[in-house]
Amino acid sequence: MTIQVISANRLGDGIVVYLAADGEWSERIVHARVIDGEEQGEAALDVAGGAVEACTVVDPYLIDITDSGGDRRPTLNREMIRAQGPTVRLDVGKQAAR
Amino acid sequence: MYLYDAIDQSLVDQRVEQFRGQVRRRMAGALSEDEFKPLRLMNGLYLQLHAYMLRVAIPYGTLSSEQMRKLAHIARDYDKGYGHFTTRQNLQYNWPKLKETPDILAELATVQMHALQTSGNCIRNVTADQYAGVAADEVADPRIVAEVIRQWSTLHPEFSFLPRKFKLAITGSVRDRAAVRVHDIGIVIKRNDEGEIGYQVIVGGGLGRTPIIGVSLRDFLPERHLLSYLEAILRVYNQAGRRDNKYKARIKILVRETGAEEFTRLVESEWEKIRDSAIDLPVDEQARIAAFFAAPPYENLSGDDGEFALHRLEDRDFASWTRTNVAPHKQPGYAIANITLKPEGGIPGDATSEQMDAVAGLAERFSFSEIRVTHEQNLVLPHVRQADLHDLWLTLKRYDLAAPNLGLISDIIACPGMDYCALATARSIPLAQDISTRFADLDRQHDIGELKLKISGCINACGHHHVGHIGILGVDKRGEEYYQITLGGSADEAPSLGKIIGPAVPYGKVVDAIETLTETYLAIRAGDERFVDTVRRAGLDPFKAALYADP
Repeated sequence: MTIQVISANRLGDGIVVYLAADGEWSERIVHARVIDGEEQGEAALDVAGGAVEACTVVDPYLIDITDSGGDRRPTLNREMIRAQGPTVRLDVGKQAAR
Repeated sequence: MYLYDAIDQSLVDQRVEQFRGQVRRRMAGALSEDEFKPLRLMNGLYLQLHAYMLRVAIPYGTLSSEQMRKLAHIARDYDKGYGHFTTRQNLQYNWPKLKETPDILAELATVQMHALQTSGNCIRNVTADQYAGVAADEVADPRIVAEVIRQWSTLHPEFSFLPRKFKLAITGSVRDRAAVRVHDIGIVIKRNDEGEIGYQVIVGGGLGRTPIIGVSLRDFLPERHLLSYLEAILRVYNQAGRRDNKYKARIKILVRETGAEEFTRLVESEWEKIRDSAIDLPVDEQARIAAFFAAPPYENLSGDDGEFALHRLEDRDFASWTRTNVAPHKQPGYAIANITLKPEGGIPGDATSEQMDAVAGLAERFSFSEIRVTHEQNLVLPHVRQADLHDLWLTLKRYDLAAPNLGLISDIIACPGMDYCALATARSIPLAQDISTRFADLDRQHDIGELKLKISGCINACGHHHVGHIGILGVDKRGEEYYQITLGGSADEAPSLGKIIGPAVPYGKVVDAIETLTETYLAIRAGDERFVDTVRRAGLDPFKAALYADP
């Protein structure tokens, strides 16, 4: 089933982040608040808009993901690469810390 | 090399402090992202897929050892230990932090560098032939006019908000190594029958979604008129270029829609108003700038070095490297040494801090502390004694910088693609890596001969695929990466745009497709003709038949 999360870039360093369940921003998609449906999406975007105003993040937007037993994967290649790091440098990006 | 005077230094220093204040205000919320974005872009700072990206200008691709060491230091201390040399002779850092960017720019300013004119709708960083000042076939050194244009264009008040970005390239040789005919303005330095220097001025070339070969407005513009003539072209473009549609805003569209004849008339008419005005550079200022590019103190050598010839005979690998990567120098006993940033399976254009430091040191030892960056994402040591080439090569090998493949199929141009770039629709780098690995056998590469393979990860064509002998363009088809292949492009003095050979192929089949195309070429080539010449002679049909034959 396709669900959604909100992604953005952190203002100070540009790193990809996800809006977490507690309203904070996490570098890990696994911590992202799962959004199911338009109403939840609008509410989450409102929260993200507040983070933009507070100079925490820039350019938040909804992305589609799948969740298979906690294994969350963006459906678009682009978002998959953002979630992990460059496919040609496994030593950099989020994948490097795993 | 040109050295900043007090005005140059003050301008760059002031710009750093201005940006420091802008970043502080952005972090404090006094500037919104919409307000801040154009300001950061004016300082070369983009926001890409994973992080910010800082594009540092390397004017006309010329670097000193000190500057290269600074680039290495920044990569090491502010980034992740590497940088990416681009198709416009710039360097990109992929992971800088916004809050540290003013410090990075301040570090750059200490070695007379900056990130101005690497973004925005201004006159961008000027590019030039990487063999400037040393090529055996050179009419005149293009760095002099490139520096004049740099000073004229930097923060030019009239041309800071053009309809779209504007790129110039210059060559001083008949052999075009700077792709001048696919730039907004391309300049070819010429000498007339009277022995005077002048410029062929080519306008309206470009790649991107609408690739066009530029048209020549002037075959020989006298040297003293260059700036006023450029000013006239820019004025016509600034007034008549489209601002309603960014995809039709480049000067190439204006020239095409106006017609070359009418566009020339408009420029000449504008020029009549300003020719012989104060815009043109005073002769003594031209001479002052030219003096910075005087030849270094070469030794008076008699000709080809005997020891160099002996090393070539005794060491097959060294001979192989010299065959491809060493070019003739105008000074007897010297050579131009190319360092390709294309090791087998490597990322085109990437260099680590250690490699940058190594090249800086080698330039100090062997090349009067001078380095060049090429638009084909390689480096050059422009003044190496032939007698030093073997020692140079031995050290390059230690740093994985001795790939003997300049101009061969593994010397691939590739944009960052979807591994880094927010605009990309497909990846470029892993394809380049796979192709270079598949064709790793050097004998096979030499058998194929000169082959310019260029890969772009989207229609914006930063990888110059339109002018690749083989061009590859990544596209997204319902979430899958597909690649459109073009054949027959060229960016040299006989330019041509590649033609699409047929339906795009999926990621997993691209390398096989390239192999099929090269095998077809080997089967049908006449004599020693290059790949691109075979395509021009035989057309696409034999390649198409081989590539799309029923399995």
